[in-house]
Amino acid sequence: MQTLTPEVMLEVNNLKMHFPIRKGFRQRVVGHVKAVDDVSFAVRRGETLGLVGESGCGKTTIGRCIMRAYDPTAGAILYCNAKNEQVDLAALKSSDLKPYRRELRMIFQDPYSSLNPRMTVLDIVGEPLKVHGVARGAELEDRVANLLKRVGLRPEYMRRYPHAFSGGQRQRIGIARALALDPRIVVADEAVSALDVSVQAQILNLLEDLQAELNLTYLFISHDLSVVEYVADRVAVMYVGKIVELAETTALFAQPKHPYTEALLSAVPKPDPTMRSKRIVLEGDVADPANPPRGCYFHPRCRYAEDRCKTETPALRAVGQVGNLSHFAACHRAEELNLRGVVS
Amino acid sequence: MKDESTLLEVKNLKTHFFLDEGTVKAVEGADLTIRRGGTLGVVGESGCGKSVMSYSILQLVESPGRIVAGQILFHRQLKCNGQSQMMDVIDLAALAPNSRAMRDIRGEEIAMIFQEPMTSLSPVHTIGNQIEEVITLHRRVDHATARRQAVDMLRRVGIPKPEERVDAYPFQLSGGMRQRAMIAMALACHPSLLIADEPTTALDVTTQAQILELIQELQRDLGMAVMLITHNLGMVAEICEEIVVMYLGEVVERADVFSLFREPLHPYTRALLRSIPRLGQIKQGRLDPIQGAVPDPYNRPVGCPFHPRCAQMMPGTCDRIHPELIERRDNRAVRCLLCEP
Amino acid sequence: MNTEKETPVYVAPQWKLVWWKFRKHKLALVSGIVILLIYLVALFVEILAPFLPDQTNSKYLYAPPQSLHFVDEQGNWGLYVYGYTSKIDPVALRRTFEIDSSVKIPVGLLVEGVPYKLFNLIPGNRHLLAPLDPDQPMYLLGADRLGRDVLSRLIVGTRVSMSIGLVGVLLSLVLGILLGGLSGYYGGNIDNLIQRVIEFLRSIPSIPLWMGLSAALPLDWDPLRVYFAITVILSLIGWTGLARVVRGRFLSLREEDFVMAARLDGASEMRIILGHMLPAFTSHIIAAITLAIPGMILSETALSFLGLGLREPVVSWGVLLQNAQDIRSIATAPWLLIPALAVVVSVLALNFLGDGLRDAADPYAR
Repeated sequence: MQTLTPEVMLEVNNLKMHFPIRKGFRQRVVGHVKAVDDVSFAVRRGETLGLVGESGCGKTTIGRCIMRAYDPTAGAILYCNAKNEQVDLAALKSSDLKPYRRELRMIFQDPYSSLNPRMTVLDIVGEPLKVHGVARGAELEDRVANLLKRVGLRPEYMRRYPHAFSGGQRQRIGIARALALDPRIVVADEAVSALDVSVQAQILNLLEDLQAELNLTYLFISHDLSVVEYVADRVAVMYVGKIVELAETTALFAQPKHPYTEALLSAVPKPDPTMRSKRIVLEGDVADPANPPRGCYFHPRCRYAEDRCKTETPALRAVGQVGNLSHFAACHRAEELNLRGVVS
Repeated sequence: MKDESTLLEVKNLKTHFFLDEGTVKAVEGADLTIRRGGTLGVVGESGCGKSVMSYSILQLVESPGRIVAGQILFHRQLKCNGQSQMMDVIDLAALAPNSRAMRDIRGEEIAMIFQEPMTSLSPVHTIGNQIEEVITLHRRVDHATARRQAVDMLRRVGIPKPEERVDAYPFQLSGGMRQRAMIAMALACHPSLLIADEPTTALDVTTQAQILELIQELQRDLGMAVMLITHNLGMVAEICEEIVVMYLGEVVERADVFSLFREPLHPYTRALLRSIPRLGQIKQGRLDPIQGAVPDPYNRPVGCPFHPRCAQMMPGTCDRIHPELIERRDNRAVRCLLCEP
Repeated sequence: MNTEKETPVYVAPQWKLVWWKFRKHKLALVSGIVILLIYLVALFVEILAPFLPDQTNSKYLYAPPQSLHFVDEQGNWGLYVYGYTSKIDPVALRRTFEIDSSVKIPVGLLVEGVPYKLFNLIPGNRHLLAPLDPDQPMYLLGADRLGRDVLSRLIVGTRVSMSIGLVGVLLSLVLGILLGGLSGYYGGNIDNLIQRVIEFLRSIPSIPLWMGLSAALPLDWDPLRVYFAITVILSLIGWTGLARVVRGRFLSLREEDFVMAARLDGASEMRIILGHMLPAFTSHIIAAITLAIPGMILSETALSFLGLGLREPVVSWGVLLQNAQDIRSIATAPWLLIPALAVVVSVLALNFLGDGLRDAADPYAR
């Protein structure tokens, strides 16, 4: 097992998650959906790594593999725990995962289905504390009250049920639950996507404050590029199960190196009528992850595609450097193309 | 604005839902005007009544909901002998939801597309059949003509190989293609107004761009007006000419798109614009969120509906007086006591 | 902690929300009360029945129903029924009865009569409504071909008929939860196998199957054993519906984010199932049970009516209806069909109640 450099907290190496497609009476496997197909990246201590892509690109699956909600098909998830020991989360048995369930936590997208409607806020936020034998009785109530205060809810509400709260407040409860065990990494899967525009900003600010206060590392998964640009230090762009570009946020948004990132950026409607730009409208649909095209998965929709893009699969490689951070892109023509970013 | 170009006027529309728990005033004073061929954006958060308002225009509000007040004036152009045009003003709010007159308007004059195409396309009929049905309902044409028009329409909305796809079932199409098929169905009779209710919310960014492009292109070609209902401020900024901002069932501000984004007048619009992260504006410190949440529909605040969340709330005034929508000289309107002359 | 009064709905647990929602369903509420009354009758059979169910009286074969009077012609208050005069029809040689308003048979509340043991425990001899003189006739719902009181038999039959539904459903519930839970939890081949078994069982026509099974019961078994054998037979078929409900809920709950959240909290599988998932479907199961009881009651009635289920001297609604099998007895004594009315009322009430419960079972649905 390779050792992690000190600034890296989590490293994903060649991660694959293939879901079998079953058909017929005997449920025979007739193929695989390659939801995550050979993905490698590192999450640095204290940073927010944004993971963007369209639906079905595998970003949520990566989050769930790291949380070991799924058992990855192949690959390693190297994690450096609080005692500075290195483990491969992908190789652990489910029974050995319990200590890591305290250090890696998740915030869910849907503030409605992620809270059990039959449990009080005290039970929901207190559940991880009870399961790990951290606190009980009056001490549990104290700790839950503190957590609620920390996420901006009144502790008096802990005996209420989730239906008493609005979407934004429910998301705060979900955040309190994620923080209950003093985690080190928080995977936020579309944490603000289901919220109203005016409430999104409240939750984004809260997440930012908590990160500074508790020294958290975030993996922020979202389809919303403007939100990711706002919260993330570095951004990884995914297309059909692969990372196509990974770079420091400003660099990626100002000078994208992959044609897909360029198209994605130009497609986002900007809330300023004076910036009505010419959109790059991609032809066709996203490739089918069960049956992706040969070569670069993006080539059928790419306006810069050459012959070799149809046959050779490009590797994710460093194509530039900003400070001490490399700019990675998986495009044969990354260096020669001069792609349009968003003007600031 | 009583000129030729007016297509639809909504005046002080109120649609309420009468539930056991109380009355939900989903729309409580909506005023807007759509010009012939114009593009109007209606923006607001969930629960602001923007969808209910659009359903009210088509008289599609279901029990226990009812239009309780207001007018929806539709200026119908009657084509007599090709050239001479007559204007006929119909109050849609006064028509019975299932009347002949209302059904003639729906689909033929005003069409609607929805957020989730699967809910408005029938899963057991081919898309061709569904488009043909719309055509034969409103036009006296035979089956072959209807089918030819359906294929034309599918080609027009950018569906590849329309001769084959006309016999496809909705589940055989991807999300973006389904949305295109729904647009084809809505536009089959060349309506003069298309109401698009969150048409791209369920779609990915790149597909969303395709659909927006398509709607704009069709609008240019067919000369129809578009009413775009969305929560996405970016979308209205991209394609709309005029914008109406709604909060808790009321229109709080109306302006042309450039003035609205340059100089928003209502505190809610201003706060909304400040609270969203913008692409390409590298972190300039923290976002400035609106405090609190949209109130529960059963307990509307007394006075200005926005006052509990408003940063410029004037105690003793905003929590007592309900502001009127004030028309300004620059063809804008705003509902705020601060802006009253 | 603080003195602020909490809004009740915000701190209301699941059962309270279910009750609030159920309360709005008036028909279900009324049905619930009807069912409660029927089960109360089943519980206090000995007190409520005026006579013993097998007490015959050769003088009053097929005696028609009398009505209960509260005031006599003189305007005096008092409970009584009129007596009968009987005469033999010279042509048909059949005894016919007519109500004779000159004979008043006084009736009392909580009259001493035949001794009994309530719940096989508490001795007593008081009957809620009975003639003061136990030898006088009182047939409020008429008499059958042996001169037995139909009302008493109907009341006694309530206990067997209503309890056979309940016991049968409880048995099938155990099977249904077990097999449905296994099916939903493990999925894959186990699920496939159990589902195919369910489909097979559901494809067998039920009446012939019951007939076969109950024909296999030895004739010399005592009534109690037959009773249990019949419930087991009914529940062997009945569990399939419940198993499907349980499996369906299980599958949909497994996909819920809050179950995933509990897993990521580090909770054990047992804790997830018992603490997070089970509360989410108890209300659905209760509704499913309520909707399954009528089927059981109807099956018992049908079996007994055909003479394949319970037999005399056990008294159930089905057994009572057996007396109404031929046209002649219905023509002369239509009141023998009253047990069918009891079946209809209880089955309808249970169905309405079940509908109401099912609608209220998920108070969180948006």
